[in-house]
Amino acid sequence: MAIEFKHVSYVYAPNTPLAVKSLDDVSFKLEEGHFIALIGHTGSGKSTLMQHFDALLKPTQGEITIGDLKITPETTNKGLKPLRHKVSLVFQFPESQLFEETVIKDIAFGPQNFGLSPQEAEQKAYKWLEKVGLPKEVAKQSPFDLSGGQMRRVAIAGVMACEPDVLCLDEPAAGLDPSGQKQMLQLFTDYQKQGHTVILITHNMDDVAQYADDVLVMEKGKLIKHETPRLLFKDRRWLRQHHLDEPTTGLFAQRLSGNGFQFDRVPLTLNELVMQIKANLEDHQ
Amino acid sequence: MSKILIGRYLPGDSVVYKMDPRGKLIATFLFIAIIFLANNWQTYLIASLFSLVAVLATKLKLKVFWDGVKPLIWLILATSVLQLFFTSGGKVYWQWGVFVISSFGLVNAGFIFLRFVMVILISTVLTLTTMPLEIADGMEALLKPLKFIKVPVGEIALVMSIALRFVPTLMDETIKIMNAQRARGVDFNEGGLLNRAKAFIPLLIPLFINSLTTALDLATAMESRGYRGSDNRTRYRVLRWSRYDLVNLGYFVLLTLLLIIFRAA
Ligand SMILES: Nc1ncnc2c1ncn2[C@@H]1O[C@H](COP(=O)(O)OP(=O)(O)O)[C@@H](O)[C@H]1O
Ligand SMILES: [Mg+2]
Repeated sequence: MAIEFKHVSYVYAPNTPLAVKSLDDVSFKLEEGHFIALIGHTGSGKSTLMQHFDALLKPTQGEITIGDLKITPETTNKGLKPLRHKVSLVFQFPESQLFEETVIKDIAFGPQNFGLSPQEAEQKAYKWLEKVGLPKEVAKQSPFDLSGGQMRRVAIAGVMACEPDVLCLDEPAAGLDPSGQKQMLQLFTDYQKQGHTVILITHNMDDVAQYADDVLVMEKGKLIKHETPRLLFKDRRWLRQHHLDEPTTGLFAQRLSGNGFQFDRVPLTLNELVMQIKANLEDHQ
Repeated sequence: MSKILIGRYLPGDSVVYKMDPRGKLIATFLFIAIIFLANNWQTYLIASLFSLVAVLATKLKLKVFWDGVKPLIWLILATSVLQLFFTSGGKVYWQWGVFVISSFGLVNAGFIFLRFVMVILISTVLTLTTMPLEIADGMEALLKPLKFIKVPVGEIALVMSIALRFVPTLMDETIKIMNAQRARGVDFNEGGLLNRAKAFIPLLIPLFINSLTTALDLATAMESRGYRGSDNRTRYRVLRWSRYDLVNLGYFVLLTLLLIIFRAA
């Protein structure tokens, strides 16, 4: 499903002294099946933007097209279920949405709401329980008896079990241990490779460099860049101006390039970095 | 959500904002009391003018005050209408069984209406211009004398401040969880009554559990910082009287005097 934003603005608490313009004339178009990273500082409007993909927030101005559905300021809450089936959101700290008696029931909750029978939903739930790396034994436990990290995985499984065309994640790895973060990222890229669109809000530039096809950069409610990681991380001065970090591979290459090494492009993955260093060493001999 | 009375505070910087919450609390309560001194058109006119002055002095948009009156407008009208039909005396304009429209009834209905609106306006002035936490601090200060009869004023005030502090947090949390469950296909406003009631389970359970967790965390955090009740504690927000409170006092004394002078004997 292609997603297009046309001059979208969003204001919290409009017409009150507390009004905050959190999206300001945002326009972009996302390709189907891409891995999209959404980055920007805290308060830049990332979470606000994300909630528009699912029509949980409707634009104050402008128009959004998701697949064949149009969302305008006039759109009401009725009849949005098909959209929410196709587009799913994992909120920040999603463990706070758990409520069922058992882990497996909680994971099956979404799929069942979207029309699967209880048996089918439970099958899906077991499948995703395994995919997020939880042992079968926890299936019948109360989600509230699990550790924070395990609860996070249950919550993510509960959303991914709906198997949406577009999966949006708001800092899903925040607060997980490094190996857990890696596993989760792997899970999301695998999902994208199966032909789904994944939109990830993150502060981790290494993940952006390694996995993203497209990067949206937000600042104070405005979309200030929409580019490939290759081009984004090439412009170091621009990054510094906007106080954005560079990926570790880029920094590493930068250090080396002062010492006789030459990089014709920013290495985005460890593999690329190794290849380019190799090429440099061969040139020297 | 913003219609809820508590936490309806709106930031601003007029004189009313600079007044001490203790003074504002006393003035509001006393205003509600002395308004009963009014008993003729002169005194009602004076009280109404003073309420309007208080409203205007906040320098807020008049619409926010209308928002305060609006939810209660039917209650006010119903009370006035009852007063209108069931007060007899004076000239009778219309009668049908026990229902009478008389000149006394008309006047009384008008007075009741005005009294209601004034009370709402004045308490709205208080809640709009005073942060909930300031109100709690003010209450604590005013209730202090009760300590002598062993009322745990400090603890009550603490409970009040914590409750007030968490109202916005709880509202944000409610919206967040509602949205998270909507994203999982819950429909809060479709289907029959039973379905709608059922839809609230995935909202209420996380809300309860998160509140309990927050409460326990807060208790642990307070204990680990050595919180031990309220005796001899200094405070972060210290209440101080200022010249702005003289405005408040003057306003109030003047109103009382005028009401006493002009009320019908
Ligand atoms: N529920 C809300 N009510 C009012 N303002 C909000 C709300 N949520 C976010 N904001 C404001 O909108 C802006 C963008 O917030 P957000 O989208 O959460 O940013 P990010 O996810 O990039 O940190 C911030 O200024 C924030 O204060
Ligand atoms: Mg956010």
